[in-house]
Amino acid sequence: MSVPALATRGLDKSFGSLAVARGVELALPQGERYALIGPNGAGKTTLINLITGMLKPDRGQIFLGDTDITALRPEARVKCGLVRTFQINTLFPRLSALEAVTLAVCERRGYAGSWWRELPAYDDAVEEAYAILVSLRLAASCYRPTRELAYGQQRLLEIALALATRPRVLLLDEPAAGVPQGESAELFSVISALSRDITLLFIEHDMNVVFRFARRIIVMAAGRILVEGTPEEIAADARVREVYLGGTRRG
Amino acid sequence: MASTLSEPQRHLEAQIRWHPLEIAFWLATLLPFVLTPNYLVLASQIAITALFALSLDLILGYAGIISLGHAAYFGFGSYTAGLIAKWGWGEPLTGLLIAAAAAGALGYATSFIIARFRHLALIMITLGLGLLLAEAANSAGWLTGGADGLQGVRMWKLLGLFQFDLYGTAAYTYSLIVLFLGFLLARRLINSPFGLALRGIRENAVRMPAIGAASPAHIRKVFTIAAVMAGIAGALLAQTTETVSLETLSFQRSADVLVILILGGAGRLYGGIIGAIIYMVARDQFSGINPQYWYFWIGMLLIAVVMFLPNGILGGMARLVRLEGRAA
Repeated sequence: MSVPALATRGLDKSFGSLAVARGVELALPQGERYALIGPNGAGKTTLINLITGMLKPDRGQIFLGDTDITALRPEARVKCGLVRTFQINTLFPRLSALEAVTLAVCERRGYAGSWWRELPAYDDAVEEAYAILVSLRLAASCYRPTRELAYGQQRLLEIALALATRPRVLLLDEPAAGVPQGESAELFSVISALSRDITLLFIEHDMNVVFRFARRIIVMAAGRILVEGTPEEIAADARVREVYLGGTRRG
Repeated sequence: MASTLSEPQRHLEAQIRWHPLEIAFWLATLLPFVLTPNYLVLASQIAITALFALSLDLILGYAGIISLGHAAYFGFGSYTAGLIAKWGWGEPLTGLLIAAAAAGALGYATSFIIARFRHLALIMITLGLGLLLAEAANSAGWLTGGADGLQGVRMWKLLGLFQFDLYGTAAYTYSLIVLFLGFLLARRLINSPFGLALRGIRENAVRMPAIGAASPAHIRKVFTIAAVMAGIAGALLAQTTETVSLETLSFQRSADVLVILILGGAGRLYGGIIGAIIYMVARDQFSGINPQYWYFWIGMLLIAVVMFLPNGILGGMARLVRLEGRAA
């Protein structure tokens, strides 16, 4: 079997006496579409924070391909191709969508430190940013400041910023959070149309969406990975039903 | 060639094109030579303060890095330029370059601390650095002249031709040209990819690492550039007045330049310049009426601007223009 695109080995993290990640072992094969589900407080966002370096694990290792990235800073992990989006819009309110995506492209291409030529001179970066916005159907409003965009467009811009970094592994933290149910399927059809070169992991609560768009599902509870399997396996798993419906969980 | 630009490029180009008002503004800076020839000394001090405010605008207005100790770099440039002249090298242009390099070196050294902090911690650290340097200059009286100021600064003629005199003709010409060059540099910088990255840091420092940006490196760079510019402003003051006082390093000067920038409008390039004109002219006029209490009026002005024009005077004017454009 080939090397997984992303793998973790024995990730532990505690806040005081509260263990938010306990021995998390992941192995995402190249190009796979994963959903990460679990009740509130299961540690899903924490896991994304650990993998992307926004939190430091107490123990364990993270591998991107066969490279150990555990010691890398968040921006260095992005440069290696490990990228995330945020559950709550984390955008640049007074930059236009075009400027924001161009900024991400400039950072990747190594232009962002140069200050002796004006931005329009970097036509390759501007063109690439514009093409990303076109592909996400944001071109029409890309000159407006981000804060003036409709909420659904801002969710798309979250993804556009991530795509501009050319991710190999993309972690989407509730990409449709706050989007009305009808539109969330539309958002996910955009996500599922992304290149198969990108390995995807998304957190999502709407089970219809999860079962429709994920090829495999990971269920987390209380900081642990409870079970991993195909949608059919997860739907039939008694432990999963217990976690979601049973309330108290056996230790 | 405008025709070869794509639509998004044309749009970005339009944002950075020179506005006719800008050209009118820079032509108007020549008016004091004709209209108020008795106020050229004041005009040169306004130009120097404007350059200082512009340097603060680069870090505060664009990168969102607040500083309450920016006078450290102004004063360091001022003393460097003053001491070089006192020790026998009174040539203005090379003195300016040496002062710029000295302030830049200080800025680069301190930028490693600056890049690690934000918000309140940063205010305290910059305040502390400023106080530290001011007190060091005060205690090193053998070098700086202490509270009496640096005496014996003798400048040579500018380009061997123009003497700095009581009328301020050479001083204003010199300061205005340096301000304009500094402005051109700042304008290019903020319209570059680097300038975009700075605005990114200001708009959302959390997102920057998630798009692969090494914000601390950007912050160190812009802080060093701003320190160079502040040092040049300080050197101009030393050279045109042929003296340096401890006031150039004082907390008061750090606070004044912050007030000037907020008054004019931060993050707008011209905010610091407009703020400097209003503040310095107001100080000149009010202190003529009542020298002790003129800060009362500055306080009133500051409160009024922040309450009613949160983006400064320039921000308010821009809004007015937009409203009028919509009404027409």
